[in-house]
Amino acid sequence: MALDKNGIAKRIAKELRDGYYVNLGIGIPTLVANYIPEGIEVMLQSENGLLGMGPFPYVGEEDPDFINAGKQTITTLPGSALFDSATSFAMIRGEHVQLTVLGAMEVNDEGDIANWKIPGKMVKGMGGAMDLVASAKNIIVAMQHTNRAGESKLLKKCTLPLTGVKCVKKIVSNLAVLDVTPDGFKLIERAPGVSVEEIKNATEGRLIIEGDIPEMVID
Amino acid sequence: MKKVVSGAEEAVKDIQDDMTLMLGGFGLSGIPENCISALVKKGVKGLTCISNNAGVDDFGLGLLLKQHQIKKMISSYVGENEEFERQLLSGELEVDLIPQGTLAERLRAGGAGIPAFYTPAGFGTEVMEGKEIREFDGKMYLLEQWLKADFAIVKAWKGDTFGNLVFRGTSRNFNPMMAMAGKTTIAEVEELVEPGEIDPNEIHTPGIFVQRIFQGSNYEKRIEQRTVRQRG
Repeated sequence: MALDKNGIAKRIAKELRDGYYVNLGIGIPTLVANYIPEGIEVMLQSENGLLGMGPFPYVGEEDPDFINAGKQTITTLPGSALFDSATSFAMIRGEHVQLTVLGAMEVNDEGDIANWKIPGKMVKGMGGAMDLVASAKNIIVAMQHTNRAGESKLLKKCTLPLTGVKCVKKIVSNLAVLDVTPDGFKLIERAPGVSVEEIKNATEGRLIIEGDIPEMVID
Repeated sequence: MKKVVSGAEEAVKDIQDDMTLMLGGFGLSGIPENCISALVKKGVKGLTCISNNAGVDDFGLGLLLKQHQIKKMISSYVGENEEFERQLLSGELEVDLIPQGTLAERLRAGGAGIPAFYTPAGFGTEVMEGKEIREFDGKMYLLEQWLKADFAIVKAWKGDTFGNLVFRGTSRNFNPMMAMAGKTTIAEVEELVEPGEIDPNEIHTPGIFVQRIFQGSNYEKRIEQRTVRQRG
């Protein structure tokens, strides 16, 4: 069975390492915070000016001066730090953030990503995504493998305006975990019950399948 | 040193049609609510507004958009505003969308006397079009220029009559860089105190960057996404 959003988030959480500073994008990436493995400490960076983002506030304790990059009310933690937007993006461009997790509308087999604009339709802006993908050492994309029409979103070439080029390192989709290599998408793991054939059919870009592909272990 | 003005109306009195303004805030957090209301009341038009976001339909910069007072927006993300999207798609509104970190740095550069800088953000995308590209240590960068404005309008938590400012939480965001980059900077604060009442160690924006300051009133501080957890 293909993973749901929480399943994708759980699998990505396994990539976290003790001591990482991590930026989580809006949507599925935000859910990763709910599944940080026990025994490791990570610091969540919110690009609007907070390191050490805590959970949502208790009912009645929402404070308009404490929000995350998705404009949700949040809390700080012991050891949190607050700063301005220029300092925040110095952390990002300066490669001080170890891992960025973000969503995508399309990726291609060279690691290009498109996630900010549908010409003539959606003009929301790129926010911090272009800065994040231009500089992060490690970028994991959380996404659905196909669109609603069943067409692949893992392409040979992105059709939408790009957010960044040759930057995505790993993809965790509802069907699979794939690494982006110079030769294309390399299949690493299958979602529980999903066959290699299904993944092949759902992937338009170059796909490398070597040996037996294990099922993901989540939970 | 006379920086204190009576209120928002006096603070914005010489803002005229077709000027360029910077307005602090991220989403609705840290926006200069009082000055935005005063600008709506004043009815100035043809404004170019530099602000990370464009408010929501009935609050923040959305209020100026609704009155068609804004000619051009320079922002990084404008997702929560239907009127904005309508004006943009119909061609009524000009929009320059730029990466958030580039926006922050262009503001900082404007205030710091740095006319341009190289950044990797946007390389290989449409943001790169028309810009000088250069390689440093094997990586490609594009040249981005400083931003300046006739007025910067910022919102702080506390300020003193010399214009020293302290921000609270994540409402700091773009406010400190904008304060640096405005030809004239207006600061509205929730609490205006006498010099000496703020510990100099704790000042985020030194008063040299602020020309006008007043204690605002009736802050709504609207929350865009109210997310909570239940006590377990």
